[in-house]
Amino acid sequence: MKIPLVYNLRSIRERPVSTLMTAAGMALVVAVFVAMMALSNGFQAAMVRTGAADNVIVLRKGANAEMYSGISRNTVSIIAGMPFVAHDAANQPLVSPEVFVVIGLARVTGGLANVVVRGVSQRAIDVRKGIEIVAGRSFRSGASEIIVGKTIVGRFPNTDIGETLSFGGRDWTVVGHFAADGSSFESEIWGENEQFMPVFRGEVFQSVTFRLDDPSAFAAVEQTLEEDPRLYVDAFREREFYENQSVLLGQILNFIAVFIAGVMAIGAVFGAINTMYAAVSSRGPEIAVLLTLGFKPGNVLSSFLIEAVIIALLGGLVGCLLTLPINGIVTSTTNWNSFSEVAFAFRVTPRLLLNGLIFAVAMGLLGGFFPARRAAKQLVAQALREA
Amino acid sequence: MKFARLILVNLLRNKRRTILTVLSVAVALFLFATLRSVVTALDAAGEVGSEARLITRSATGITFALPQSYYERLRAQEGVRGVSWANWFGGVYVDERNFFAQFAVDAETYLAMYPEMQMPEEQRQAFLAERTAALVGSGLMQRFGWSLGQDVTLQGTIFTGDWTFTIRAVYTPDDPSFGDQMFFFHYDYLYERTNRQIIPGWYVIQLADPAAAPEVSDRIDRMFQNSSNPTQTETERAFNTGFMTMWGNIGFLVRAVGTAVFFAILFVAANTMMMAARERIGENAILKTLGFQDGLLFALTLVEATVITVLGGLLGVFGAKALFRPGNPMNSFIPGFQVEWSTVALGVTIALLLGFVSGFVPAWQAKRLSVVQALRRVA
Repeated sequence: MKIPLVYNLRSIRERPVSTLMTAAGMALVVAVFVAMMALSNGFQAAMVRTGAADNVIVLRKGANAEMYSGISRNTVSIIAGMPFVAHDAANQPLVSPEVFVVIGLARVTGGLANVVVRGVSQRAIDVRKGIEIVAGRSFRSGASEIIVGKTIVGRFPNTDIGETLSFGGRDWTVVGHFAADGSSFESEIWGENEQFMPVFRGEVFQSVTFRLDDPSAFAAVEQTLEEDPRLYVDAFREREFYENQSVLLGQILNFIAVFIAGVMAIGAVFGAINTMYAAVSSRGPEIAVLLTLGFKPGNVLSSFLIEAVIIALLGGLVGCLLTLPINGIVTSTTNWNSFSEVAFAFRVTPRLLLNGLIFAVAMGLLGGFFPARRAAKQLVAQALREA
Repeated sequence: MKFARLILVNLLRNKRRTILTVLSVAVALFLFATLRSVVTALDAAGEVGSEARLITRSATGITFALPQSYYERLRAQEGVRGVSWANWFGGVYVDERNFFAQFAVDAETYLAMYPEMQMPEEQRQAFLAERTAALVGSGLMQRFGWSLGQDVTLQGTIFTGDWTFTIRAVYTPDDPSFGDQMFFFHYDYLYERTNRQIIPGWYVIQLADPAAAPEVSDRIDRMFQNSSNPTQTETERAFNTGFMTMWGNIGFLVRAVGTAVFFAILFVAANTMMMAARERIGENAILKTLGFQDGLLFALTLVEATVITVLGGLLGVFGAKALFRPGNPMNSFIPGFQVEWSTVALGVTIALLLGFVSGFVPAWQAKRLSVVQALRRVA
C-alpha cells in the first residue's frame, strides 16, 4: 500500500525554512546549468542555421575556412555551368561567388572587433533562404553601398541607414539592414563582390555557394567537383560546413556547463542529504506508527524518496523560471574558424528546461536515498520508545 | 580558547552532518578557485606582452599583410631599436582538433626580440642554421610526445600542401603566461616555397624607451596613413589584451556563476547551522542557567559555523591549487593556468564570510533564547 502523497506535502509544510533553503540551493544549481546550456545552445543554433541543407559551398582545396581560400572567375563559371546547379524561374543558375574578408571595426563600447565583410552577387539573397531586408533596401550593383546584419546595428557606430562606414580605403553607404533567421550572417556586412574585390584582395573570390538541384545527390556532386581536372577545390554541404565551425566551441561550452553544474550539484546534494536525515530523525515516532499500521519498509522508502524529489522539483521549477529572462539576450564570442565576432542570443528551449528538471530530480533522488533507506530500516519498538 | 573543546564536541556530535557540510563548502570553493583562475590566467596572458614592444599590423583587418618595404622604414624610425616580422601559418597537425599556433618568423631578429623564450645555445644555433628547422614550445613537445630532431608534417590551409619541419630547438618560457605551446619556423622557407608570393603579416618593434610607445606608434601610423596599406600600431600588451576580449565577456560569466555558487552554498550551510541550533535549544538554555553570557553563546555559535566553512574553504581552494599545478593539462588551452595565492586568500575570505552569514541567525537566536521557555520545551 502506498503512503498518500498528502503526507509528504504536509510534512514539507511543517519545515518551511529548511525546505525552502534546500530547494533554493538546488534552484541556483539548475539555473546555472540551464543558463550555461542556453549559451552553448544559442551559439550552435546560430552556426547551424547559417548553412542551408541543399546548398553547397566550394573552397580552394585544403582551405578549411573561407578566409584562407581563393577561387578564380574561371572556376566560378565552370561551376555555374554544371548540370546539378539549381536554376531560378528565369533559368539563371543559383550561384553566388563571394568575397570574404575580416576587417577590424571599432565597437560602440570601445575596442576593435573583427567583423566579416562578405561581397556577394545580387543572387546571394535567392541562393540563401531566410535572408530578409528588415529596413531600407538591398545594395545596388555598381554602387558603394552595403547592407548590414541586424546584430551589427547598434553595436557598431555608423551602421544606421543613410550613414557611412569607412573600410578598405573607401566610404560605403548603409542602405539596408537584414535579418537571417538568427544565423551568424546577421553578424556580417554585405555588399557587392565586384566592389569589394579591388579594395581588398584583387581578382579573386574566396568561395562559391550554389543551390543543388537534387539535394540527395551531394556525394556525386562532391566527387565530380573534386575530380574535375580544371578545378582545385573542396566541396561541402553548406550546413555541415558552418555546423563544423561550431562543434569545438560548442563542446567546450557544454563541458563547462556540465562541469560547473556537476560540481555545484555535489554541494547541493550534500545539503539535501543533511535536510532529509534531519527530517527522518525528527520523525522517528511517525515512521514507527506508519510501520505499525502495516505500511511496508518499501513504502516508507519510496515515500521519503518522493519527499526529497518534491523538494528538488520545487527547486528545479524555480531555477527554470530564473533562467527565462535571459532567453533572447544577445552576447558575442569569436568564431575561431574565421577569426570574426559572432553575435548570438541565449536560447532557453523547452527541451533545455526539461533537462533542468531532470537534473533536479536526479539531485533529489541522490540526496534522498540514504536518509530514506534509514527511515525504512527503522526498528518499530525503538522508534516508539523515543516517542 | 578554553571553549575550544566545547565547540569541538558540538561539531562532532553529528559527524555526518558536519562532514557533509564541510564537503559541500569545499566543492563550492573548489569551483570558485577554478573559475577565478581562468580569469587570472587570461588576464596574465593578456598582460604578458611587453610594454617595450609594439605590434604594427594592417589597419584593414587582422588577416591583411603589410609590404616588405615597411621593414626598412620602421627601422629608420627614431626610438626604434629593432624590428622583426611574423606570419600566421594556420597549418593542421594530423587533425584539426590538434590546434596550436604556428608562426613563420624572421628567425634571427625575432629570437633577439623575445628573450622570454629560453633554449640552449647549441639548439638556437641549430635552428638558425637550417632553413626547414622548427622551434617548438616545451609544452607542445610534451603534448604530442615529440622529440628533438624529429620531423613534423603540417598540412597547410592558407599555404597549400604538406610542410615538413625538423624540430631543432625547444624553448621554455621564463614566465608560464607567455605560453609554451607555440611553433616557430623560418619565414624564408615560407617565402621560397610560396614562390615569393607572401609579405609579412605583422611587424614587431623593439622600443628603445617604453615610455615613448604612444608617441612612436602614432608617428608610425601617421607615416602610412595615406598609403595603400595603412597600419595600426599598439603595444604588444594592448594587442594581447584585445585578443583576449575576443572570447567574449568571460569576466561577467565567471562573476555571475560565482555569485550563484556562493548563494547556493550559503543556503546549504545556513540550513545546517539552523538544524544544529534547533537540536541544541535545551542545552543552550542549560548553559545560560549555568551562567554563560548571551554574548558568549552568540560567539560560540558563530565560531562553530565559521570553523565548518573555513575548513571546507581550505579543503576546496588548496585542493584546486594542488590539482592545477603549473604544467597541468589545462595549460594547453590557457597558458599559465594555475591557482594564484590571491585566489587562495580570496577563497578563504569568502569561506569566513559564509560562516558569519550562515551562523548569524542561529547565533542571534541562541543569544535571545529565553531560558524559561526553552526549558519548558525540553521538559
